Amino acid sequence: MCTTCGCSDGETRIDGVTLTGGAHAHEHPAAHGAAPVQWRTRAGGADHAPVPSHVHQHADGTWHSHVHGGGSSHETLAGAPALGAAHEDGTPAARIVRIEQDILARNDAFADLNRQAFADRGNFALNLVSSPGSGKTTLLVRTIAALQGRMPVFVIEGDQQTSLDADRIRATGAAAVQVNTGKGCHLDAHMVGKALAQLDPADGGLVMIENVGNLVCPAAFDLGEAHKVVILSVTEGADKPQKYPDMFHAADLMLVNKVDLLPYVEFDVDAAIACARRIRPGLEVICVSATTGEGFAAWLAWLERGVANARGARDRDLAALRRRVAELEAKLGSAADAA
Amino acid sequence: MHEVALAEGVLRIVMDAARASAAAHVHTVWVELGALAHVEPDALAFCFDAVTRGSVAEGARLDIARTAGSAWCMPCSVEVPLARLGDACPRCGSHQLQVLKGDEMRVKEIGIA
Repeated sequence: MCTTCGCSDGETRIDGVTLTGGAHAHEHPAAHGAAPVQWRTRAGGADHAPVPSHVHQHADGTWHSHVHGGGSSHETLAGAPALGAAHEDGTPAARIVRIEQDILARNDAFADLNRQAFADRGNFALNLVSSPGSGKTTLLVRTIAALQGRMPVFVIEGDQQTSLDADRIRATGAAAVQVNTGKGCHLDAHMVGKALAQLDPADGGLVMIENVGNLVCPAAFDLGEAHKVVILSVTEGADKPQKYPDMFHAADLMLVNKVDLLPYVEFDVDAAIACARRIRPGLEVICVSATTGEGFAAWLAWLERGVANARGARDRDLAALRRRVAELEAKLGSAADAA
Repeated sequence: MHEVALAEGVLRIVMDAARASAAAHVHTVWVELGALAHVEPDALAFCFDAVTRGSVAEGARLDIARTAGSAWCMPCSVEVPLARLGDACPRCGSHQLQVLKGDEMRVKEIGIA
């Protein structure tokens, strides 16, 4: 983490090269002391009952409600109502500036760029998420082998350190780019955008993004993928979906992996699926083994449907563009004739 | 933890707004976190203090408001409150719920001088 602004872009590496650009929008003072972090506990906690909008609790336990009224001394965005002269908690009235921006707006903007790039190229892009050790990379290696000659596969690997996973993918003959997040715990859309520029996936190809092994943080970050695919292995416990709901709620497909080990572990597959569907109704589920290939017919069929849909959508967009170009050319032609 | 990335996101938004307003200092940042948001508020506050050091928002107070979560219950065909993912419909006990509100994370306002 940058010790000045706390940003982590400076530690991210793509195939060993430090990521630069687009992150440091501010000055870095030459030196700064090692002042201790001031801990200030702030309002709210998930264990409070749902409260109406804009009611705050301070660290001393007092509550106040957020009052907005008229006031002439405040800057507002065009069209927004003026804000109150002071917050009831005694905040100085000097200036209150209305922001109303999503904290993840920047990530979502990069994600939208990635999504558009995938659409333009007819790529079917997936974000593979799971705990470390669920078998994501082994699953990818087997999937690439099974899809040889059927469709090109491109992989973005995410780990804190090493290129071990990208090396395994490249050994299959597929193209891979390794993103190392340093101390980071998840991939974000900016990193993926940079990696895609290097990877340059072919038109109509399947793009697999193997996220950092982490069942918590990646749930919050849109990378521009078509779907998050959560991988739960039978050695992990059937109650993981209710213990890590954010991730399972964000997924559209769950792969239950390592089913070849079911005779040796106490894992109730039906219970795990029911548990996951309580968190994410309608979640699709495929049981697989990345080592034996069990369940792969269904998994490959799911992938092929996705790739076909992505290519189809791209072809329809191109056809619409060609029609539009033809219309404009016809108009130009008649305008030229009339002139 | 990803609250570092979120705190950086808050800082970036705050600094852009402070620059646009030619502010010398940001003394307060008001954020709104939905009940279902992927963030731990205390962790966010901790990271916010850390990432704002040396910036125009150094020492700023982070005020976090929580907003309620809600979901559409498919059997009931009505919007119901939802305190956390995995909870059942308070009316019928079903888990066939589609989240409508509660995963927002927004910077609402800043107080500048």
